This record gives sequence, structure tokens and C-alpha cells, in this order.
Amino acid sequence: MDRSLRWLVPICLVAAGLYLFWGLRAANWAFVLELRATRLAALTVVGASVGVATVLFQTVSTNRILTPSIMGFDALYVLMQTAGVAFLGISGFAALPGGPKFLLETAGLVAAALLLFGTLLGRGAQDLPRMILTGVIFGILFRSAAGFVGRLLDPNAYAVVQQASFATFSQVEPGLLPWAGLLALSAMGFALALAPRLDVLALGRRTSVPLGLAHDRLALLTLGLVAVLVASATALVGPIGFFGLIVASLAHALTERARHAALLPAAALSAVALLVGGQFLFERLLHLEGTLSIVVELAGGLFFLWLLMKGRIR
Amino acid sequence: MIELEGVGHRIDGAEILTDVTTRLPKGALTALIGPNGAGKSTLLSLIARLAPLGQGQIRVDGLDVARTPSRQLALKMAVLGQETAVGSRLRVHELVGFGRWPHHQGRRTPADAAAVEEAIAVFDLGPLADRFLDELSGGQRQRAFLAMTFAQGTDWLLLDEPLNNLDMAHARALLSRLNDLVRAGGRSVVVVMHDVNYAAAWADHILALKDGRIAAEGPPAEVLTTPILHRLYGIEMEVAEHRGRPLVLHHA
Ligand SMILES: Nc1ncnc2c1ncn2[C@@H]1O[C@H](COP(=O)(O)OP(=O)(O)O)[C@@H](O)[C@H]1O
Ligand SMILES: [Mg+2]
Repeated sequence: MDRSLRWLVPICLVAAGLYLFWGLRAANWAFVLELRATRLAALTVVGASVGVATVLFQTVSTNRILTPSIMGFDALYVLMQTAGVAFLGISGFAALPGGPKFLLETAGLVAAALLLFGTLLGRGAQDLPRMILTGVIFGILFRSAAGFVGRLLDPNAYAVVQQASFATFSQVEPGLLPWAGLLALSAMGFALALAPRLDVLALGRRTSVPLGLAHDRLALLTLGLVAVLVASATALVGPIGFFGLIVASLAHALTERARHAALLPAAALSAVALLVGGQFLFERLLHLEGTLSIVVELAGGLFFLWLLMKGRIR
Repeated sequence: MIELEGVGHRIDGAEILTDVTTRLPKGALTALIGPNGAGKSTLLSLIARLAPLGQGQIRVDGLDVARTPSRQLALKMAVLGQETAVGSRLRVHELVGFGRWPHHQGRRTPADAAAVEEAIAVFDLGPLADRFLDELSGGQRQRAFLAMTFAQGTDWLLLDEPLNNLDMAHARALLSRLNDLVRAGGRSVVVVMHDVNYAAAWADHILALKDGRIAAEGPPAEVLTTPILHRLYGIEMEVAEHRGRPLVLHHA
């Protein structure tokens, strides 16, 4: 086992323990505990999904700068939700059963991601600058499109959409948790089973094809998994921007060797540690609700800069 | 034997390779020469199935490249591209280890470890084995990639400009090693190279490309002549003889 996992696991457990039991009062402990456990589960699913999705995406695109979020995956998901509200109206949208709706949206995201990014990654993967530009443009396009459709809505519907377009760690969709959790867990298990092949995929097409890897098929499959994970995380708390970039670089920096069997768990665990620990710190200790998403980005951003300056991003 | 039949390739309508039909002999060192942009790398990448074959047929020891499972081909031929860069940040021994992937598919055996050790020793990488690739000089990195290709343990080795970045001593060491592989190991090697004198000294067979077509092919003494070299590179070169092999004098 990679050395990093040996201390990431206890850190996650401590963070989870603190999150669950800190300041629990005798009066209504059962109710509070259940509430906290639900949120903890959601944070875990979100963190692990974002971490794993980002590592997977960077492996397919053989770079350490792009993330699904920068490429507009989550913006596309928000756009689909906004379009849903626009077409069905706020009551029609709310009347749809949460689980099946989520599965449908996920399927939509997978299809769109394969269509848009599959061709981009297939043979043009060597052309990184073009990929980055295209991705950033897609990201902006989806965000603006979602914003535009939002403007066309009436204020009540717009409020619903607004809520879906920003990360809110303190409000998760409890109804979606089983669906998103199950889907995300299966995707992560699948990715872990692919780990040795992902190591070869990470070498890049020129090297992996002569080694006999079915590169293009694996790249598409991996992109599909990324889409599923992004959909799960976004459905639960909304898009969370640069978080994935930070967590993926953390995973690469912490693990001793570039092996996905260690990279994927390391990314998932450091994401969970950051989210749960951060939420504990800000909500419980500092009583600053809703600031975590900002602070995570800031603190992580500083760490990212430090990594860059140490030359460990490659 | 690698058989090419009517191989053609177009990129955006531009003809890159036209009707390439030839045989690359087994158990021999073949030098692939030609001016920049002649199509050497493109031809190699078609044989290596890196690009889909638009026209014609390519068979490696009878295996049709377009139809044979990729893993089966990976056990038959190893390919080192012209640009050596990988996405991951790897140590030298990790990179060399990937050469064994076609054999173990993720479950390493002691035989794989031994093959990696051997490749590291053969390419003089022992002291560098634990260094990251990005902490090496260009020539050292080139040797690490060569060791990976060598560790694949295939009958065929296809190398695109492997002499780039190598100093004279390492270039000669590489060619002499490839020569050993051919003579003692019965392997077949195809090397893209620019220095025609290396081809003169070491190759059994030369394939010369120009503008996507075969310009000349045959043993060095037949290909490396003043008129053919003029046709290929557009400059006058005197060809002398040294120890029974051609020696091209390209001083103006
Ligand atoms: N991706 C590409 N798009 C357009 N033209 C290309 C591409 N790759 C190679 N070419 C052209 O194909 C020809 C052959 O290239 P190549 O096989 O790399 O030549 P070399 O013999 O120097 O290895 C050149 O004229 C080159 O400009
Ligand atoms: Mg070339």
C-alpha cells in the first residue's frame, strides 16, 4: 500500500468522527446525529467523486492543468437542469421524481461528454493547447447558456436554478443521496478495477498503443466514468470549481509512484479530508456557514501555487 | 518480414505516402533514410497502428496490422516514436517496467523484473534507475525509452530517430547493440536515421523515402551512391569506400 494512504485514512476517520460527535447534546442527539450522518455521507460522495473524476480526466488528457470543471462538465450539468426548469416549468420540474430525473440527467451528461470531448481526446489529444482552449470555451459557453436560460425564467424559477448553480456544502439533496452515492461508488469501483490499465493510458497514446493498450476505447470509457462522477457530485451540492484541481495535484504530490491503484484512493481521501475537516472547522468551530467553498478554493489555491513553485506539477 | 503493399496515407487531402510497396527483411538491420518530411515517421506510425491505415496492407510476420489484436502485435513488435514524452512523472525503472506490460497486463512476475533489470543494465542506466525522467539529460532520457522498448522483448524493433540526442559513444554503443540483437539474437530492427554513414556502417538494408514514395532500396553499397544521394537530398556528395563499405563525404 502506498505510504500516503496509511495516514490519509486516519485523518479522514478523525475528521468524520469530529464532524459527527463534536458538541452533541443529550437532548436531541439521535435526530442531530442522523442529520449529520446524512451530510457526512453526502460530503464523502462529493469529495471522492470530484477527486477521482479529476485524476481520471487528467490521465485521459495527459495533463495536470485541465479538470472536468474547467472543461465545463459541471456547467453542462447545470445547463441541463436549467433547461429542465425552463421547459417543464418550476412545478413540473419539481414534480419529477428525484432519482429517475437524476439518472436521466446523468445519462445526458455522459452522452454529451462522450460526444464533445471524446472526439477532442481521441486523436487530437497530443494537441494540448487546442484542447485547453476548446475546453475553456466550452466551459464559458455552457455557463453563459445556463445564465441566459436562467434570465428567461420568472424570478421563482430562477431562484431554484440559482441554488443549483453554486456549491452549497451545508445544503445537500438528501433524496438524491442514495442514487448519487450508489452510482458514484460503482463508477469509482470500476475505475479502481481499471487502475493498471489507467497507468498505461497515462503514458499517452504514442506510447500506450504500441504497448497493446486499446487506448481509444479506454479513453472513452474513462470519460464516461468522469461524466458519471461529475453528475453525482454536482447533483448533490452544485459545481465546485477548482477543488478538483487542488485535490488531484495533492494526490499526485502525496503518492510515491504514479500508480492509479494509489492515486485514485489518495485523491478521494484527501478530498474527503479537506471537505469534511473544512466543514467541521468552519461550521462548528468558527460558526461561519457557507464559507467553506470559498476558503477551500483559496487555501487550496495557495497550496497549488506552492506545488507549482516546487516544480512538482507535471 | 514486414510486408507493405500499396500503402498510401493522406492527411486533410494532402498525400503523405503514395503506393509504398516493399518488404523489410527479417533478421536484419534496416535503415530508413530520407530528407525531412519524406514520410518516414508516418510510415512507421502506420506499421505501429498509431494511425488507421487508409490504403493498402501491412503485415508483420504474416499478421495483418489492421486486424490482429493489439496485444498480439505488442508481443511481436516494439515501437519507439520520434517524440519521446509521457504523461506521467516516472522514474527510469518505472518507465522501463512499462515495456513488460504486453506480457503481464498488470500482474508482474519475476521474469518481468529480470527483463527490466537486464534492459537497465544493457542501456547503462543502473546509476540513473531511481531518477525521474525529467531529471535526466536528453540523451539519458532517450536511453531510458530505448530500454523500455528493448524490455518488451519482441522480434521486431522499430525505432524513429533513436540516435537523436546521443553522443558519439552512445550512438555507436546503441548501433552495436542493435547489431548484436540482429546477429546473435535473431531479431529484426528498423531504424530511422539521418546520418547516412551510420547506415553505411551498420545497416544490412536501406529503404530511402522521398516525398512519400520509395526513392531507392537495397544494400548500402547500392543505395549510397552519388546520384541517388543527390536525388534524395539535392546536394552533391562524394562516396568513398572504407573497409569495404561506402563512406559518404558530405563536406562541401
Ligand atoms: N498532423 C499532420 N498534419 C498535416 N501534415 C502532416 C502531419 N504530420 C505530418 N505531416 C506531413 O507529412 C509529411 C511526412 O511527415 P513525417 O512522416 O513526419 O516526415 P519524416 O520523414 O521527417 O519523419 C510532412 O510533409 C509533414 O509535413
Ligand atoms: Mg520523422
